[in-house]
Amino acid sequence: MIRYIVRRLLQVIPVFLGTTLLVYFMVFALPGDPIAALFGDRQPPQSVIDALRAQYNLDQPFIVQYGIFLKNLFTLNLGVDFTQQPIAATLARIFPVTAMLAVEALAIQAIFGVAFGLVAGLRRGKLFDSTVLVASLVVIAVPTFVLGFVFQLVFGVYLGWAKPTVGAQAGWGDLLLPAVVLGLVSFAYVLRLTRASVTENMNADYVRTATAKGLSRPRVVLAHILRNSMIPVVTYLGANLGGLMGGAIVTEGIFNVPGVGNKLYQATLRGEGPTIVAIVSILVLVFVLANLLVDLLYAWLDPRIRYEA
Amino acid sequence: MRHSRISKALGAAAALALAVSACAPGGGTPGGTEAPVDPNKVISAYSNEPQNPLLPANTNEVYGGRVVELLFEGLRAYDPNGKPVNALAESIETTDSQHWTIKVKQGATFTNGEAITAKTFVDSWNFAALSTNLQNNSFFFESIEGYPEVSAVTKTTDAEGKTTSTPAPTAQTMSGLVAKDDQTLEVTLLQPEADWSLRLGYSAFYPLPSAALADPKAYGENPVGNGPYMMAKETGSWVHDQSISLVKNPDYEGPRKAKNGGVTFKFYTDPGPAYTDLQADNLDVSDVLPSNALKTYTTDFPDRNATKPTATNSTLNIPGYNPNFQGEAGKLRRQALSHAINREEIAKVVFNGTRTPAKAYVPPVIEGFKADVPGSEVLTYDPAKAKDLWAQAEAIQPYDASKPILIASNTDGGNKEWVDAVSNNFKNNLGIQAEIQPFAKFAEVLDLRKTQSLVSLTRAGWQGDYPSMYNFLGPVWATDASSNYEKYSNPEFDRLLREGLTSDTTEGANAKFNQAQEILFEDLPGLPLWDQNRAIVWSNNVIKAETGWNGAIRYFDIEAK
Repeated sequence: MIRYIVRRLLQVIPVFLGTTLLVYFMVFALPGDPIAALFGDRQPPQSVIDALRAQYNLDQPFIVQYGIFLKNLFTLNLGVDFTQQPIAATLARIFPVTAMLAVEALAIQAIFGVAFGLVAGLRRGKLFDSTVLVASLVVIAVPTFVLGFVFQLVFGVYLGWAKPTVGAQAGWGDLLLPAVVLGLVSFAYVLRLTRASVTENMNADYVRTATAKGLSRPRVVLAHILRNSMIPVVTYLGANLGGLMGGAIVTEGIFNVPGVGNKLYQATLRGEGPTIVAIVSILVLVFVLANLLVDLLYAWLDPRIRYEA
Repeated sequence: MRHSRISKALGAAAALALAVSACAPGGGTPGGTEAPVDPNKVISAYSNEPQNPLLPANTNEVYGGRVVELLFEGLRAYDPNGKPVNALAESIETTDSQHWTIKVKQGATFTNGEAITAKTFVDSWNFAALSTNLQNNSFFFESIEGYPEVSAVTKTTDAEGKTTSTPAPTAQTMSGLVAKDDQTLEVTLLQPEADWSLRLGYSAFYPLPSAALADPKAYGENPVGNGPYMMAKETGSWVHDQSISLVKNPDYEGPRKAKNGGVTFKFYTDPGPAYTDLQADNLDVSDVLPSNALKTYTTDFPDRNATKPTATNSTLNIPGYNPNFQGEAGKLRRQALSHAINREEIAKVVFNGTRTPAKAYVPPVIEGFKADVPGSEVLTYDPAKAKDLWAQAEAIQPYDASKPILIASNTDGGNKEWVDAVSNNFKNNLGIQAEIQPFAKFAEVLDLRKTQSLVSLTRAGWQGDYPSMYNFLGPVWATDASSNYEKYSNPEFDRLLREGLTSDTTEGANAKFNQAQEILFEDLPGLPLWDQNRAIVWSNNVIKAETGWNGAIRYFDIEAK
């Protein structure tokens, strides 16, 4: 088990080098001089531009720039971004916000998705099941930004239940509206996955055995049907967590959430290689860890699964 | 544009809802007695993350600029129409436009108690101009004697032929700046410049406390100034990527006294959410409207919007290095292109009235503007004449099709729409091929312009730094000027500019500048297109807001309830 985890963690290294190199190259290949773009028609003296270019190593060839970035990363000195702010401080500010948003969205989709899916699966073909199926289809069909705008206007402007945007000092309550929007689409998927899985497992041999043994209905449902139905759902949620942490650029944009997605969008517009790659580096770690967690959960959910050492 | 239809429908619905909800509280007070002004109310305003530490001489973009302008007070300030009034200056005198004597008001201090004297200005300006300090606005001091020494650079060229400039000042201070005593500042310019004192209200000329000079970067995080507002807390008022909070400076005495308790700038990466926040009274004032709201903002915010001309213009530049635009044929072609553009219609249809067709190379809000400079007839829409002029040019020298009419422009910010409209004007009225040369980013266009490698035309624009005609002519069209990327050069034009600068009176100077514009209309290095109007909207918490000459909101004048 431990050796399995260590081996999985070692896999991070090539993945990390590969993604950062690729992303760094893509930023480098972006056309236009990012320093000149910081200024409009009124350019500062050339010596200022040259000094900035040297400060960000933009006067160096690509591979040297990437090498400097790696060196800085391992000495834990990420430098400053184009607004002269330390990148490390930026990361420390944006990741907690996005993490809160992701956790909230994940909780919404996991709790409601599994609960609704379970009930729908147990009552297959009944009114509740059909209603939920149609409703979830509608949610899946509507693009996130439409949901975002509608929720923002309905709950933020007409009803005034929530602030239309998040802005500074985001708290759990402020993030609820974007979290619901963000969680809704995946909620529908989780619901449908759970329902399909539950429907399938209801006819399994071990469920019949459990019922025949005289176990109570709740125990059969929770311990036998639900637990065994969780494997595809957990896989989906795990992959989803990485995506949510990557910043829902559209949702964060609509609700003005000062998180990863918004920063990534701005940094890309400005062609700020170091900021983008620093964010991506953390995201790589998040993805790998989330996937590892999912794989470990498999063993708990289905004791038949063993990890080869 | 991708969601314009939906948000428009929703916007209309939202406007309706607002109208309905607005009736409810109003019903309680029949007769509509005006709410009293609350002088202590803190208003929230649209903004975005400043790009530099908040040092006046280093801030050259709008989001940092609006904060700096509220935190500091210079020798002069501008009234809503751009007329300079004395602020920290008691008097500004000159007899020859070259030697200036400025009396600084007695008793002025920064909010930390430090006194502001003539020496404060000498130190601040020397700091800003010294090339090793790498201040973005250092060239604002270029007229002062000694500037060439403090701004000197050495240029090195590497093996690939790339030139790098490194600061190498030969003096640390400008010889033209002398603090005669605590109150008297004597400034000597390199040459007489009649409009020099106009620029003293610009942020580059603000005074800095000694702490700023000691550690500019740390100071720029938590600046201490002398303006109508100060940072709300000693440290940490600037929450990066989120907001900046300012409160009224109770000790401020000057022409820009705050009528509210403070301003909190909330940062938005997109104007869309800000617009929604305004509709919900969750944001109080914004000067940036999403492009899909340009048609609806007057109905979404009835009685809570204002539109005013600003000192920002757009031109379509025609580089002289394109052989098609050289010689007699080139001149006829430039005139043909200008006559072919229907400025009136594009301003109305594409810009929804947020632009006004240009009448000159200088916007009307600038003192000295004349709508009838000889030669400006070339700006009238006249397709028949355009066609005729183009045919004459073809007769002299056929158009070289290897350099087609391509208008280089970034496609974001609503630029593609108007460039397409102008291209269609060219196609329909001249029977030629014309289209946009699209770029994702402004920087790409700038690269081409700086290296003189445009195919043919490019969009260009200028936002006034200070309200002066010279500012719209000198930096843009003078030979080798800092923003004259297309390298236009006409010695006669340069001479008239110089004569204008050395005039004794502003009127005399402006007459020369208008003569200089005649040369531009003759040469047409760029076609004036339109001048910008600034539209702003405000929430139910605000009684009235207004923009100044440069389109910036006058936050200190906002009355809240």
